[in-house]
Formats: sequence, C-alpha cells, structure tokens
Amino acid sequence: MKKFSGLINKLLLTPSRNRKIDILSDYFQNTPDPDRGFALAVLTGNLELRNISISKIKEIVCNKIDPELFALSYEYVGDLAETISLIWPYKKKGMIDNITEMTNKLKNLKKNNLDETIENLLSVANDTERWAIIKLISGGLRIGVSSRLTKSALAQFSNKNLDDIEKIWHGVNPPYTNLFKWLCDKGPIPEIDVNNTFNPMMLANPINQKDFENLNPERFVAEWKWDGIRVQVIINKDKVKIFSRTGDDITKSFPEIKIDQKNMIVLDGELLVGKNYIPMTFNSLQQRLNRKSVSSKHLKEFPAFIKLYDILFLDSVDLRNHTWIDRRLKLENWHAKNRDNIFDISKIIKFKDWHNLEEIKTNDIIDNQHEGLMIKCIESPYLSGRPKGHWFKWKKEPKTVDAILMYAIRGHGKRSSYYSDFTFGLWDKNQVTPIGKAYFGFTDEELKKLDKFVRNNTIKKFGPVREVEKTFVIEIAFDSINESKRHKSGVALRFPRIKRLREDKPVNEVLQLSEFKTEFL
Amino acid sequence: MNMKWIDKNLHIIPINTHIDPYKPVENAIITHGHADHAKPGHKNVLATKETIEIMKIRYGENCAENFQELRLNQTLKIDEVSITFFPAGHILGSVQVLAELKGEKINFTGDYKTSKDKTCKRFEPVKCNTLVTEATFGLPVFQHPEEKLEINKLLTSLKLFPERPHIIGVYALGKAQRVLSLLRQQGYDKEIFIHGSLDKLCNYYQKNEIFLGKISKINLTNKKNFNGEIILAPPSAIKNVWARKFEDPIISQASGWMSIKQRAKQSLVELPLIISDHADWNELTDYIKYTEAENVYVTHGREDAIVHWCKQNKIQGLALSLSGRDDENEL
Repeated sequence: MKKFSGLINKLLLTPSRNRKIDILSDYFQNTPDPDRGFALAVLTGNLELRNISISKIKEIVCNKIDPELFALSYEYVGDLAETISLIWPYKKKGMIDNITEMTNKLKNLKKNNLDETIENLLSVANDTERWAIIKLISGGLRIGVSSRLTKSALAQFSNKNLDDIEKIWHGVNPPYTNLFKWLCDKGPIPEIDVNNTFNPMMLANPINQKDFENLNPERFVAEWKWDGIRVQVIINKDKVKIFSRTGDDITKSFPEIKIDQKNMIVLDGELLVGKNYIPMTFNSLQQRLNRKSVSSKHLKEFPAFIKLYDILFLDSVDLRNHTWIDRRLKLENWHAKNRDNIFDISKIIKFKDWHNLEEIKTNDIIDNQHEGLMIKCIESPYLSGRPKGHWFKWKKEPKTVDAILMYAIRGHGKRSSYYSDFTFGLWDKNQVTPIGKAYFGFTDEELKKLDKFVRNNTIKKFGPVREVEKTFVIEIAFDSINESKRHKSGVALRFPRIKRLREDKPVNEVLQLSEFKTEFL
Repeated sequence: MNMKWIDKNLHIIPINTHIDPYKPVENAIITHGHADHAKPGHKNVLATKETIEIMKIRYGENCAENFQELRLNQTLKIDEVSITFFPAGHILGSVQVLAELKGEKINFTGDYKTSKDKTCKRFEPVKCNTLVTEATFGLPVFQHPEEKLEINKLLTSLKLFPERPHIIGVYALGKAQRVLSLLRQQGYDKEIFIHGSLDKLCNYYQKNEIFLGKISKINLTNKKNFNGEIILAPPSAIKNVWARKFEDPIISQASGWMSIKQRAKQSLVELPLIISDHADWNELTDYIKYTEAENVYVTHGREDAIVHWCKQNKIQGLALSLSGRDDENEL
C-alpha cells in the first residue's frame, strides 16, 4: 500500500492532466503484476469487496471515537476516508501489505474477526496509507482521476490505441493480467466474450452557436433526444442483456424486454416507459429503476419499451466502422422484421436548414417527452466516448424561477470548505417553503459570495445544516417539473442549478408557490 | 458568562481594558502582532516589546497613542487587577495574558502552541480558574506531525525535481521565519529567496538574533534562473501574476490546514507542508486539563468540538465566536 497510497496522493495533488497521465504511466511501467492490475481496478472503480462496506468502517471507528466528535470532524473535512485516516488515534508497529495482499485480505474477511482485522490494518498504516485503504473499501476515489484518464495512461505507457483499449475494456477483469501482457507486447489482444460484454457508447457534445456556421445541414440528420435512459441491448438467441450508459447490467429490472434472434445483435437506444410507444414522464421511469424485484403492478402500470437509435452488431458482424446512414438502413431493415411492443424506432426529423430546425425545436408539441434534439453526421462511424464533430446535442432552453436561499451545507471533495449545497424555496403565504436543492451552476466568484452570505447570515444550525436569513434571491434553472407527493411543496424540479445571483431582487418579489405551480405544472 | 468582571468581548470591566479588540478602544492588551489580533487605532496599548515593535513595523510608529511594554513573567497591577504575561510559543513576542482579581485567575491564551520553536520563547503553562482559549485546530482530525518530517518532504522534492522552482506559501509574520529557521536546522544552507513583502519582518527577526541564514529579496527585473531554488511568498502572491515569472513551479504551502488533502487540492497546492503555529487537538485538550480551569471559553476556531469535549470532561465550556478572527486562514 505504500506505493499505491503514494500514487493516489500524488494524483490528487497534481493539477495538470498531462502530468497525471505521466505519473500513472510511470506507475504501470514500473509496477509488477498483479499489483498494477489491482491498482487499475481501484482507479477505474472495478474492485468489488463484498465482505466489507464503508458503513461498517464508520461503525468500527465510531466504537473507538466519540460519535459527536467524529460527526463534527466529518462535517469539517468533507471526505469520509480522510476524516477516518486523520482521526484514527492508534498506532502499531508492523508491516503494511502491498495492494495485492491488501485486496485479498479485504476480499476474504470473515465475520468473526472482521473488526479486529480492520482495526489492525488501520493502526499499522500511516495517515496516507490509511486514507488509501479506506478509499479502496469505499470504492469512489474522488481524486480527480477518471476511468478515461487512467485508460489514456495505459495507452501512453504501452503505445497502444486508446480506442482499442476501450473496445475490450468491458470484457477484461481484475487483475487484468492478460490485458497487461498485451499492453507490454508479451501476448495477443485479450479475447472477450462479445455476447456478454458491454461496448463503450458513442456520446454527443453540446452544440454551440458557432458550430452551426461550420456544419452543412445536408450532411446531418436530427432526431429527438428522448428523456429516458440510454441503453445498449445485446441479444443472442433468447438471451437479452441490457446495459446502462456506464456499462451497468440492468437486465433484471426490465424482464419484459424479451426477443428471440438467431444471431448476435447489439442495439443502442433509449429505454422509456409508456404504452403504444408514448413515453410517460421521467418520474414514472424512475419507479422502475434500481429495484431488486419487479412487481406485476409496476409491469402493468409502467411497461418499458426502447426507442432505437443505432445498431452496433448485426448477425455477429461489427458495424461500428460503417457510416451512420448505412447502420441506419440496417437498423430500419431489422426493425421492420421485428416489430413488436418492445422496440420502436426513433424517428428522423426532416428539416431544411438550421433555422428551420430551431423552429421545430421550439414549436414541438411533445415537449415533456424529450430533452431537445440530437444532430448526427450521416458519415459518422460509431466511436467510443465523445468524439468531436460527429454527434451534437441541442438541449431545450431551461425553465427558470427566482427563489429564496434557505439552507446551506458544506460541500464535499474540492469544495469541502465552502457552503456549496443550497436549499431554496418560494413563498407559501407568509412562509418560505423549500422547492429544491442545487449545488452547481455558479461560478467560483458566485460561490465565494454565497459562502460569505451563509457565514454572515446564519440564524440557526441543525448539525451541519445552516439556516440563513431569508433575504437572498437566486435564479434557479431547471429542465422540468413534476408533481411529487414526497415533497412538502408538492413539486420536484429536475436538474436544478443556480443560474445567477439576484442580489438586486427584493424577496417580496419572489413568486408564491401557488403562482409557480400555475405557471409551470 | 458567570464571571462578573469580564464579558464576551474579552473586556476586563473593572479596568476598562480589552484583549485583542477588533475595533479601536481606549485600553488594549495585545497578545501578538498578527492582524486579526493587533489592530491599529487604540489609545493605550499594553504588549511585549516585540509585539509593539511588530505593530509599528506593520502599521507605523503612530498606530496607537501610547505604548506600554510589559516583560514576560512580570506583573503589572492596574487598580485591583493584576496582569501577567506568559510566553505563548506562537510567534515572536506572543503571550498569554493572565488577569487576576481577588484571587480569581483568568488566562487568555491568545494564539498558542506548546511545541518547540526556535523563533520564539517556548510556551509556559499556567494554572487558572477560567481559561479563554483559541481553537483554530480544535477537532480530533488535527494531529500535527513533527515539523522535521515536513521539511524533509520539501528537501526530497528538491532532489526529485531539481528543474522546478519550489514556491512555498507562508504568512509574512511568524510562518515565514519559522520555515526559514527549520530549513536551516535541517542543514539546508543555500540562499533562500523571499517575496518583497516578507523582507521587513525577516530583518526584524534577524535583529532579534534569530538565525535565518542567507536570504535574498526577489528582484522582479532580474532574470535569475530559480530552478531547484526555494522561494517564500505570501499565499496571495502565489495566486496572482507575480508567480508567473517562475517556470513550471511546484506550489507548496506551510500551514496546519495542509493535513487535509482536499483542502490542499482546493488551493492547488502540490506539496502540502503541515507546519502549524497553533496547538493541535491534543495540545488544546491537554492544556485545558493542565490548567484545572472550571470554565473554558473558546474565542475562535472549531469551538463546537472543544465545548463538547469539555462537557464530557465535566468542565463548563462556552463558545464566544468572536467576530473578526480570521477563521479559515491560519495566521
């Protein structure tokens, strides 16, 4: 753990992306198997430790330390692993395991000596090692290193193509011995099980006004950006696998997605709920997400279907190097033969020029079902990640409302010393009722202003929460609004963020909740 | 407050004297020269010789109408109140102020640390009935490491990156001189470069026979190559254009806050050095126990945790949350 904790400490404190890649590349070059493989697993969030959780660690620590002092410390530090690593009061002589030994030890923890083993590990380690051990257990590293950056480092140290690494990435497993063999030119490219392996998805970039000047509308098509969850469906005979955009297997949540195919096929689409291909709100779709078992009531009320966008494999043939137009024809062809209640095809929108498309975007009547438009180049191959110049998203204008700042808590990670999570509300007669929370959208300058306001205008503290004077108006942008029984206000905002500070606006000009509902619901 | 003769603003009522007042007052006792404790504009100031001289360097000769010196461990009687200064070990000239009335003792710590520091007199513990303490690092996550280890981190980095200038963020008063002194103690004998704003106070420390070695003010016009050199500058200078004259520098900062990695990251510090001039959690709680005080008032810092700790240890604790203390910047 000495080497690994040193690595993640350095990565955390190094601001430059290129230097981070150098550090990682250097580590992969100079670290033996399987240590570097386990490190890779941790860095990309692929190390699963089933016998121990972060809440268990918290419990162990709170048995040893006054819980109130722990809570105050955590509130201040803003990072659980860091709090524990700094507050742990015991020291013991001993050898610290390397990452492989540590991973194996944590994987094979037995219930009867779990507390003792963990206490021992924490006492033998120094602050930074302790921090790394807890990060290992909690999974989320939060050190400013994405999976993509880690893979870029793999590409750099091995001189391989990043896209080739991405293509096999979801088919290889920790500690990635075969992957490293190939990267070091000591073995063939690892074979992956195509029938069960998620393929990295192609994503769009937001479009800017400037982009339009350079884009020839004749080379582009448009379709709605449906408001569901993006999925990849792999079908092989009667076996169906559904993956989320990030590669999580969500097959179990959607047992009604069934189909029989002679040969392997991979589809890209938007999963939605609704009848006759008419999408219900995102709120309804949420009823179906993250459930261990699916009730027949849910299946009946919120049946799932998929709007197809693209096709990656047909009859086991990889189409990703074909042009979009070619893939689209194959997709339409396939869909014509496989019409049922499950698969709908995402319609192509006809438009003359960008101005005409903008009119379509503003005047459409199925407003609550989509998030705006997708614009795709007809010659694009299907590439992983967010390649520039191929696919664009053109989101709807957000809705906005001026609201009153009510409560604040400190942020986490790099914002841990700022009050950066805000609750805001509207008038409900003479009282202010909360309608949502926002923790981004502001600039660094605005954050400093908000933080200062909170510090100087706190009227009450509830644990980490500060209630402030109801005098500060902020403009909130949000994508949509739903009715909600769970919230006191009766509404839930989707994707709320702080658009700007309205220091100029007096609070008595803020809307009544009832007026807000009339206007937006 | 259940003491009748002082109030929440650290005002000693019978002699109309404030300790470290935030606004100009008639009579002020100043514990040390940091800006959030020593303000200009008071009528009468009572402080150590060093604190008075530091105030004059920073604010000018006439920053108070009258100055009166009091030596360490000597008692000054003002009416029926006795005032005694004890070293606080925080920076040059820093003291704790013990006030005594009819056998009741109240000790105001100002800012303090109990560990050794060659740039100032070592802290002396004092027993009292009521302790008025700081709590800048009043959370159990703050357990400062040995300074030597931190200085070694810097020396190792200099060896690893001889092509990069090492800029260390330090406050002009106290921290700058402490880091210089620690570097010399670890055997670093090369010339060390300083930002112009540190010059006067470094000179003042040297005049007081504190060894800082060879230091040179950085001249902006001079095109010297600073690769592999140590440069000390106030944190604000590192954030502005001044720092652009150094090519690919390693940004470091010497502060007790640097034990929190996320905080170091926020300030874009690549090489955090945990060097504090304030007591850590163990020093704070040990000292409270030592004083045998029945009442503890916390002036500023992480007061909630110290008050909670007092309660558990059957000591009456209260947070004063004084305004004007620099809460997030360790001075």
